[in-house]
Amino acid sequence: MATIEARAAPISAPPAAPARAPRPRRRPPHLGTGLGLGLAVTYLSLIVLLPLAAVVWRGTRGGDFWRAVSTPDSWAALKLTVGGSLLVAAINIVMGTVIAWVLVRDRFPGKAVVDVLIDLPFALPTIVAGLVLLALYGTASPLHLNLAYTQAGVIVALLFVTLPFVVRTVQPVLLELDRDMEEAAHSLGAGGWLTFRRIILPNLLPAMLSGGGLAFTRAIAEYGSTVLISGNIKFRTEVAAVNIFGRIENDEITSAAAVSTALLVVAFVVLAGLDLVRRWGARRGD
Amino acid sequence: MAIEVRDVTKSFGGTPVLRDVSVDIGSGSLTALLGPSGGGKSTLLRIIAGLEQPDTGTVVISGVDATRLSPQRRNVGFVFQHYAAFKHLTVRRNVAFGLEVRKRPKAQVRRRVAELLELVHLEQLADRYPAQLSGGQRQRMALARALAVEPEVLLLDEPFGALDAQVRKELRTWLRRLHDEVHVTTVFVTHDQEEAMDVADEIVVLADGVVEQVGSPHEMYDNPANPFVMSFLGPVTRLDGRLVRPHDIEVCAAEQPGSSAATVTRVVRLGFEVRVETRVAGQDVWAQLTRGSADHLRLDPGDTVYLRPVSNARTLAGSG
Repeated sequence: MATIEARAAPISAPPAAPARAPRPRRRPPHLGTGLGLGLAVTYLSLIVLLPLAAVVWRGTRGGDFWRAVSTPDSWAALKLTVGGSLLVAAINIVMGTVIAWVLVRDRFPGKAVVDVLIDLPFALPTIVAGLVLLALYGTASPLHLNLAYTQAGVIVALLFVTLPFVVRTVQPVLLELDRDMEEAAHSLGAGGWLTFRRIILPNLLPAMLSGGGLAFTRAIAEYGSTVLISGNIKFRTEVAAVNIFGRIENDEITSAAAVSTALLVVAFVVLAGLDLVRRWGARRGD
Repeated sequence: MAIEVRDVTKSFGGTPVLRDVSVDIGSGSLTALLGPSGGGKSTLLRIIAGLEQPDTGTVVISGVDATRLSPQRRNVGFVFQHYAAFKHLTVRRNVAFGLEVRKRPKAQVRRRVAELLELVHLEQLADRYPAQLSGGQRQRMALARALAVEPEVLLLDEPFGALDAQVRKELRTWLRRLHDEVHVTTVFVTHDQEEAMDVADEIVVLADGVVEQVGSPHEMYDNPANPFVMSFLGPVTRLDGRLVRPHDIEVCAAEQPGSSAATVTRVVRLGFEVRVETRVAGQDVWAQLTRGSADHLRLDPGDTVYLRPVSNARTLAGSG
C-alpha cells in the first residue's frame, strides 16, 4: 500500500507560467463603435426608455402614486401577482432544471419531440392558452380538477407560459458542463448526490436564477392566459395586469400608470439582482 | 503489485478497444502507458480508475479486487488531460474537496491543503479561481487535488497533452521529481515516446488494444519485441530488408565486408546531427551521423558511399 507523505520541503520550482493577461485598458470608441453605440441608444430610447419613462411620469405625477397603488383592489392584485410570480419562478426553476436535465442527460424515444414541445407555450397566443387551461382545469374539467376562479388556476396559467425560460437557459449550460468535473468528483470519493450538490448545482445556479428571473418578470406582466381562468375576482384572483386594464377602462389612466410603475420597479429590482448574479458568475471567469 | 490487470476486454459499440489485456504495475513505480491514439491506453487507465467497466477481466488494486467497485471507493487519484478543475471553487477549495468529502476535521484539512499547495507551488494562488490560472498551474492544482486524499495509485490521462511544448517539458521533469519525493504508484498515459522515455521507470506499449511490450525505457529501446515497438520508440530505416536505427548505420567511403553501395541524395545538417539520405538498390535509406564524422567523409549529393549496420546494432527483420 503506497500512500503519500507530502513533505513540507518543496520540490524545485516548477515553471512560473504567467496567469491570464491583464484586461486591456478601455479605449475611446472608434467611429464604428460610436455609430453602433448611437444607433443602439437611439433605438433603445425610442422603443424602451421613452415609453417606460412616460409610464413612470404618468404614474408618479401629482403625488397620487401611493394612493393609487394602495387602493385595496390594486394592492391585492399586486400582492397576488408578485407573490404568485415568485412561487411560479421557484417551481419552474426546479421543474425547468429537471426537464433540461432529462433532455440533456437521458435518452428516450420521442426526446426530439419533447424538445420542440418546450417552446410551444411561447407560440400559443396567451388567450388561447387560457382557454385551453379553462377547458382542462375549469368547471367542466375532464380531469375532475376544478381550478377555475381560484388562485391555483392563476398559478397554473403562469407556470404554463413561463416554463420555457428556465429550460432554455439551463439546457445549454448543462450541455457545455465538463463531464470530467463529475468524474473527478467521483474519483475523489463523492457519490452521485454529493457530486450533484457540490459540483453540478453551483455551476447551473447562475443559469437557473437567470431563467427564473425571466420567468418572474414575464409572470408579473401576464394578462392573456390568466384572464379567463382567474375570473378576475377582485381581492382574490385578479392579477395586476387585469387590474390595470380595468382602471384604463374606467378612464383612471393615472392610477393605471401608478400600478404599472409599481410592477416596473419590482421587475427592475429583480433584473438588477440577476445582473449581480451574472457578475458573480463572471468573477469566476465562467 | 499495486495494480494487477487481468485479461481485460472492452468494446465500445461493437468496436474492440482492449483485447485480453494483462498488466502488472509494481508498488511505487512510475509507469507510462504508451501507444498511438486509439490504441486503448486511456480506456485502460479509466478502467483502473473505475470510470469505465471492463466487459470481462479483473482489476486488483493493492490486493483488493476492485473490478466492481465504484470510482469513489477505489481511492485512486485521477488527473485529466483538460484538468477537470472545479470552476466554481478556489484553488484551495479544489484541493480540499476530497478531504471535505471524507469529512476530515477542518484543522487537518487546512494543514494538508497548505502542505500540498506548497508541494505544487501554488500557495500564492490559493484564493484564485481556476479560470485565473495558466494551463500548467491548473494541472498542478489538479495533481495536488488528486494527491490530497493519499490515493493508493495516481493515474494521469495525457496530463501534459493540452500544454504547450515548453511548459510540457518542464512539467514532466517536475513530475519525475515529485514522484521521487512522494513515491506513490503512478501510471500516466501518453502518445509521446520521448515523454515516456524521459519520465517513466517502466513503459507499457499498447496498440490496437493489445500490449505489445513491457519493459524499462532503455531495455525497450535496445531490444524492441517487434517492428512496431521499434519504430514507435524511435526513428528506424530499412537496410537490406532489416529494420535498423539510423544512428546504428556506419557510412564508409570504401567498400567493407557486409556493406551495400549507396548513392547520397541529400545531406541535412540539424545542428550537431547530420542526416544522410541515400538510395540503396532503389530503396531510400537514411543514416544519422555526428557532425564530426560527416565532415570527415565530406559527403555531397551524388557521391557513392557504403553502408552497413555497426557491429552491435540491434536489427529486426522488417515486415510490411
